[in-house]
Formats: sequence, structure tokens, C-alpha cells
Amino acid sequence: MDNQSVSILVVDDEFSVRDSLYNWFKNEGYRVDTAENGMEALKKLQEGPWDIVLVDIKMPGMDGMELQRHIKKIDNTIIVIIITAYATVDTAVEAMKEGAYDYLSKPIDPDKLSILIRNAVNQRRLIAENIQLKQKVEELSLQDEIVGESPQIKKILEMIDTVAKTDATVMIRGESGTGKELVAQAIHGKSNRRYFPIISINCGAFPEGLLESELFGHEKGAFTGAQYKRKGKLEMANGGTLFFDEIGNITAKMQMDLLRVIETKQFTPLGSNKVINVDFRIIAATNSDLEKKVAEKEFREDLYYRLNVFSIQIPPLRERTADIPLIARYFLEKYARSMNKDVTDISPEAMKMLVQYNWPGNIRELRNTIERALVVVGEKNRIEPEDLNLLFLSKSNPPGDSLEEIEKAHVQRILEQSDWNISRSAEILKIDRVTLYNKIKKYGLQR
Amino acid sequence: MSYIDIIPIGEVEETLLLFLKESIFQTFKIQTRIRNRRFNLSPVYDPIRNQYNSSGLLLELINDTPPDTLKVLGVTELDLFIPIFTFLFGEAQLNGIGALVSIHRLRNQFYGIPEDKELLRNRLLKEGIHELGHTFGLIHCFALKCVMKSSTYVEEIDQKSTYFCRACEQEVLRWQIEKNV
Repeated sequence: MDNQSVSILVVDDEFSVRDSLYNWFKNEGYRVDTAENGMEALKKLQEGPWDIVLVDIKMPGMDGMELQRHIKKIDNTIIVIIITAYATVDTAVEAMKEGAYDYLSKPIDPDKLSILIRNAVNQRRLIAENIQLKQKVEELSLQDEIVGESPQIKKILEMIDTVAKTDATVMIRGESGTGKELVAQAIHGKSNRRYFPIISINCGAFPEGLLESELFGHEKGAFTGAQYKRKGKLEMANGGTLFFDEIGNITAKMQMDLLRVIETKQFTPLGSNKVINVDFRIIAATNSDLEKKVAEKEFREDLYYRLNVFSIQIPPLRERTADIPLIARYFLEKYARSMNKDVTDISPEAMKMLVQYNWPGNIRELRNTIERALVVVGEKNRIEPEDLNLLFLSKSNPPGDSLEEIEKAHVQRILEQSDWNISRSAEILKIDRVTLYNKIKKYGLQR
Repeated sequence: MSYIDIIPIGEVEETLLLFLKESIFQTFKIQTRIRNRRFNLSPVYDPIRNQYNSSGLLLELINDTPPDTLKVLGVTELDLFIPIFTFLFGEAQLNGIGALVSIHRLRNQFYGIPEDKELLRNRLLKEGIHELGHTFGLIHCFALKCVMKSSTYVEEIDQKSTYFCRACEQEVLRWQIEKNV
């Protein structure tokens, strides 16, 4: 914020004060104007945005206190500085209690005025920045949401609300693609730590040495290839949340190091002798059977109990099929907007397929299916069955690996897709109608 | 030919005036001269504050200016003030003719430390150029070493140089070209 972009209004009934301060601020490069009394000041305040208003406390008519109240009603963020004579310092203190930024006694020490204005400008800049950043955080936290109205999802949303208010460590369990990271982000987004970062680390994606450096950071030259000093994710998450995905995949040594960090909230970067204090909340996620790993001594029991303070189990999508239409429409709207496509609906047939599909890849697979459908949908304005790339359709269980099981699932899917129109189904399957009847009989397929 | 007039107000050491005359010429490349005249100080004296009203003195300074005077720099030992401020090192008319600088608070002795003549000369020159800079249309500059950087205490004067930064120097040159000086 340069001085040119800072606007200052001087309100004083004494011409010499207005004139002196006007010239002083002008010389400093500020945008400055003056007002002789409260009414004139209010008129100027209505006309445009002001950053700082210097108000003489003692003026005929509307005094400085009253003017300040009006200013705060117009714009609560305007910085009001009270100008006062020694005799009215008590009133200035009262004004500060009512929200004035500070006061200056006449005659003003130029140095004090200079520092005060500089600090006020900095504060105003920080407030503006803070508001902007908060808005950005809110926008970002709204990027994806947990969609669903099934009892299971309602229960999870309640659990998120409950645990977000605390600083407890959370363990999120669920199959791959069920939205564990989304739940972690929702907990972080609703917690008091939301204005600090949430740092995700996929423990399964790093070999041991690299995970250590990724987490703890390193000094320049700590190991071959460490050409620069690098901040670790533990330090980056300070004040916020650290999300460990696939926690079940970390090595024994890493388990020990992590346990120490969780207990002491301290760590030392690789190659450094400086201990760094950190404050973060931990959310871990896994789709592996941690209890079994603990029993088989593959996962430390003490770390398990440290992480498993509050557990959230996300059901697979096939167990909450009632949510599928909602989630599908959510992704449809989201991707249609980002791809700039005028696709507004999913046909009943296509929706039926989505609901009946087994979704082994859970929400991630559903998301990818909708995104892909939007690519292949062409000029149509709704998604039809042929736009969906669902190979294995099953009402309850996924097909097995045998050719017979796959064929059964495929025939059933085509029949349902064509609403059990035998001729159309036979045409799609490129077999004759008799063969199709035989297969329906063989596999005991029913409408 | 146009001049920058350096006018002592009250008693001012001649060596300081001669130093200013030479140095200000070097800075602005405009002829300088020392011009003596009498001032009636009683209207600008405030007995309660025991200080002299800078704005009043500035008006008095530019009164009766010869036609060949381009700018006027008043130099005084008097302690200056304007009603709203406790003191001033100097005052000038933005884009005007008159500038005024006080030696009073530039002396080390004012702050209870031993006299330093070299430091005083430097401070006086910086403030003299600074106030004259305002008469050339310059406002305060953010460049740390630029002579147009605002100073509200002496240590701040010591931190800046006696030179204009490039941008301020260009402004002064532009002013001179526009006014055909």
C-alpha cells in the first residue's frame, strides 16, 4: 500500500490545524482532504471510501465522540484517530474504548504522528489482507463437499461437526476412493485451525528415506542431493492440520519417529541440530486392517492408540446407493460448469445403471465416470447409458474373475440398459436372439 | 539570471551560510547568493511555547522578494513551530517560492551531546535541500538515502544523504526545463 492509495480526512474546526495537517499529509504523498465540522465530514465520508479519519474531539455542534459513532456506522473498518488537547485526554480515552485507534495530544509530535499513521496504514492493510484471505479460505473449503442424505452420511457429518471442535486425533477408515481426504478437509475446514494450512502426505507414495526428508525437512548438504535447505511438512503444517493418508504403509522406523513427534511436538530436520517446536492436529487415514497389523507386530500398538482417538468409518458407496443420484448430479453440475458444457441431466436409464453398479472404486470411480461421460456426451444435454463406461454391472456383489461371471454381468447390464428388449440386446451383444435366450436361461437372469 | 537567495533570520554563523551557498549551487546548478534583511520577529513569537511560528515567518520571508529571485531559503537559529506540531525542522511552500530551515534542533547540544560541527553542516545542508526540494514540487520520497525522505527526528536526517534519488532529481530537472531556468 503506497501513500498515494491511502486516503486521510482531517476533521477540525481550527483552520490552522486543518491547513497544517493537510500540508503535512500532502507532503507525505497521502490523498488528503479536510472538513470543518462533523456534518461536512459525514458528507465527505458518504462520498467515498476513507482509510483514516483524524477527528478533533472538541468541535462546536457534533463533537468528535458523536462523529466517531457515525463513522463506525458508515464503515466499521475506518481507522479513527482522535486529536485532543491535554484537558480532554480523558474523553480521548473514552473514545478509544468506543473503537478509536489512538489519540494524539495537541501540539502533536511530528515523529509520533508519522509512526501512528504508518502503523494505522499497516493495520488497515493487514485487516484488508486478512478479510481477503479468509474469503479465499472459505471459497477453497467449499470446493468439494460431502454429498449425501443417507443415514450413514448424516452420521458422518455429525461426527465431523463434533470432532472438528476438538483437537483430537482422528483416524478415518474406509475403502479406497470413499473420500477419506474429503472428510479430513471437512474436519480441518470446520476447526479453529482452518486459517492455517492442511498438509496432506501420502505415506504410501514415498520410499523410507524420502518420506523422512519430506516430513522433517533437511538442511543443505544433509544427504547426497540435498542441494538446498528444505522445510518439512511437519513445519509447514504448524498451526494447522497434518493429514497422513495410508498411514498403515509407514515403516517401523518412521512409526517410531512419528510417535516421538506426536508426543513431544518437537522434531529436528535432517542434518540440523536445531529442535523445532510445532503445533498441529493429526488426522490419519487408512484402508488397511490396522488391528491385524498391530496383532502381527507390523504396526506399533502405542502409535495405533495415539492415532485412533476418534475413529470415523466411511461406508463404501455400494452400501449407500441412495446417495448415488445426489453425488452423480453433484459431479455432473461441477464438471459441466468447469468444462463449459450444457449438460444438465442424467437420463433415468443411465441413473438406474449408476445406482445398480457396484462401484469398487467408490466415489472416485463415480466421479471419473461422470467426468468421462461429459467428455463423450457430445452435443446431447443429458447423459445416456451409452455415455457410461460401466463394464461390470451387479446389483449387489462385484463379478468374480471367471469368464462366466463376467459374461453374466455383461449380459445383465445390456439387458437392463435396453430395458429387456431382446432384439436390441442381441444386436448390441452381436449374438442371435436364441443364443441370448439360452444365456438368460443359463445364468438365471431376471428382469 | 535567477537566484536562490539564502537569507539569515537573526544571527547565523557566516561559515554555515557560505557552506550552504556553495553546496546548494552544486545541487541545483542555480546561482545562489546570501541576502541580508531585517525581520520583525515579535508577531511570530509565541511566549507560551517560547517558539516562533514557522508559517508566519515563511510569509514574512517571501515578502518583498526581488524579481530575479527564483527561490528563497531562510536560515535561522530560532526554534520553529506550527500550532498543531511541537516543532519543525523546516517548512516550505510546495511548488512555491519560500523555504525555511531551523538550526535549533539540528545541533547536538540541543540533545545534551557534544557539539559536532561537521555533522551540523551536513544536517543543515540536507534540511536546506529538502525544504527547497518542496518548492520544486517534490513530495516526500520513500528512497532511504534520498534527501527528500521525511525526517521527524535528527537521527533520521543522519540516515539520509545530501543527494536526490534519480526520480526526484528528474523531477527537479523537469521543473527547471518547464520554467526555463
